[in-house]
Amino acid sequence: MARPTYALIAEFHDPDDVLDAAEKVHSEGYRKVEAYTPFPVHGLAEALDHEDSKVRWTAFIAGVIGGVSGMLMEIYVLAYDYPHNVGGRPLISWPQFIPVAYEMTILCAAFGAVLGMFAFNGLPRPHHPIFNAKNFERASQDKFFIGIEATDPKFDLEATHSFLRSLGADDVSTVEA
Amino acid sequence: MPPREKLNDSLILGEQSYKTINDKISNIVLNQNKHGIPWFICFVVGFGLLQLLGLAIMWLLYRGIGIWGPNNPVMWGWDIINFVWWIGIGHAGTLISAILLLLKQSWRNSINRFAEAMTLFAVSCAGLYPLLHTGRPYLGYWMFPYPNILGMSPQFRSPLLWDVFAISTYALVSLIFWFVGLVPDLATIRDRSKNPFFRYLFGALAMGWRGATSHWYRYESAYIILAGLSTPLVLSVHSIVSLDFAVSNLPGWHVTIFPPYFVAGAVYAGFAMVLTLAIPVRSWYKLKDFITMRHIDWMAKVMLATGLIVFYGYLCEAFFSWYSGNIFERDMLRFRAFGPYGWAYWSLIFCNGVAIQILWFPKVRQNLVVLFLLSQIVSVGMWLERFVIISVSLTRDFLPSSWGYYTPTMWDIMMFVGTIGQFTFLMFGFIRVLPMVNSFEMKELLYRLKGRGHHGHGHVAHATAGAHGDDSTAGHPAAEGEEN
Repeated sequence: MARPTYALIAEFHDPDDVLDAAEKVHSEGYRKVEAYTPFPVHGLAEALDHEDSKVRWTAFIAGVIGGVSGMLMEIYVLAYDYPHNVGGRPLISWPQFIPVAYEMTILCAAFGAVLGMFAFNGLPRPHHPIFNAKNFERASQDKFFIGIEATDPKFDLEATHSFLRSLGADDVSTVEA
Repeated sequence: MPPREKLNDSLILGEQSYKTINDKISNIVLNQNKHGIPWFICFVVGFGLLQLLGLAIMWLLYRGIGIWGPNNPVMWGWDIINFVWWIGIGHAGTLISAILLLLKQSWRNSINRFAEAMTLFAVSCAGLYPLLHTGRPYLGYWMFPYPNILGMSPQFRSPLLWDVFAISTYALVSLIFWFVGLVPDLATIRDRSKNPFFRYLFGALAMGWRGATSHWYRYESAYIILAGLSTPLVLSVHSIVSLDFAVSNLPGWHVTIFPPYFVAGAVYAGFAMVLTLAIPVRSWYKLKDFITMRHIDWMAKVMLATGLIVFYGYLCEAFFSWYSGNIFERDMLRFRAFGPYGWAYWSLIFCNGVAIQILWFPKVRQNLVVLFLLSQIVSVGMWLERFVIISVSLTRDFLPSSWGYYTPTMWDIMMFVGTIGQFTFLMFGFIRVLPMVNSFEMKELLYRLKGRGHHGHGHVAHATAGAHGDDSTAGHPAAEGEEN
């Protein structure tokens, strides 16, 4: 009773090995590849072409929305909704509106960054096929993995398996979907 | 091959591998038997004092804020003093986690989690005071602009309202910063735990984190953005707190130096609190390999530097009040030093000006007992600073006919002791249930300390020894290029 395969996964014990392997996997033409590491290994995202600037843009746009809406809210409240003439001073005294608009900018940008990060990562997601991988509980501890997904056009159970073996992995195994 | 990062200091001691770091940190949570008598004593004492807080708050809500010491002319007493004190303590956590991250200071890694938790709990103590001193805390939401039928709106031109926004933003951003930092470590605990309850609990909290590269990439983007946002945030929070005073016209308060000097004082008090907690905890939990004497030394140096800035602030205040030629300002200086609260002023000068000078000696910075005691002195000193600023200015107003004197009541004291209990209770509760050292950042630090030459070994022995043995590569372009 063979279950469908989600991916082939190779286990390494050294982050530098996984870095070298990732470069080779990518140059071999595999594109649906993820490395799984206990800490961010710099260079992996570049090697596997996983860089994206979505989180930064989300944070920036959220910050702009926060700041502008904070300032507009203050202007609306103090100049239109509840105008209060104190000795003929201007109602839109914007320099004094800066602190609140500033805090709103930071609040919204921070939430934009964090919620954006989780949303683009597809988290929270309680289960994922990769958790079926052998020894995968070590991926959050001290082992480093590279997984090539079965949906990759170049994926071939036999050929990919022996290719991953050739990269110097400690172990290569099949992950059930 | 040279190490990726040039570090000439021992940030991780002993023979460590990813596994030893991983196990040591997560075992504190997983192996609940590790929490011995010291933990129990601190937790119970904290819990006991927390009951005092409950009692003080209940009586306050029943009788109103008349049970506190403030009178006419002293409308603000221990409530604002303790609020500023607690907020200040929180600042070191954000400084360590955000500013030191932006400055690429690797020594933040073992103390940041701990300090961030301290920030959160200190802010939770601070937040109680402004909320309760309104007298009707259940109407606290009136401070926020919401569409209402009262025909009223918040006054956005007032520093007191800026405070509302600054403190709530600070609390929320600190909370998400802390949580985001925790997620990968929660996943580690999820994966190591054999206990089904822990597996579900940490599994839920870890949000399904699986350490994928694309996730790490976005994670690091978000983390650095949070650091970049927290840095101006933390500076703005205490600046705004200081504007509560500086915007008024009262002698002793109406000072332009307040914002920077409050921020420096906050960091100073915060580092004292980090040392107060780190010194015992690192020995109780055998974390001396991660929180090394180097960390302690550097924290002491930051404390000395910020302490000197604070002392410079006192000198400036004194100079300005004399140089202003203003009779009220000059008298304020006289009342501070020789008035009814002179004892507080001179104790303050002793704590923040004289006592910390011993930190110039390297021997003192290596002596844990002295450092621990000095941290207490600094905490007291910073409390006295707020006491002097608030009590003296309010009791010696422009009109001698409205001069007064302020003493706290037992309810003030109970409330303050109670918040210390709340802080201790939360802090030790945190130590028990969450990893108090950032495990994934420590592993990353080990990776960076280790050179590429250590290829193929099962574990990274003598990693740090290798990192600082190799002085010949200093400034070598290849060594620096390696990091990118």
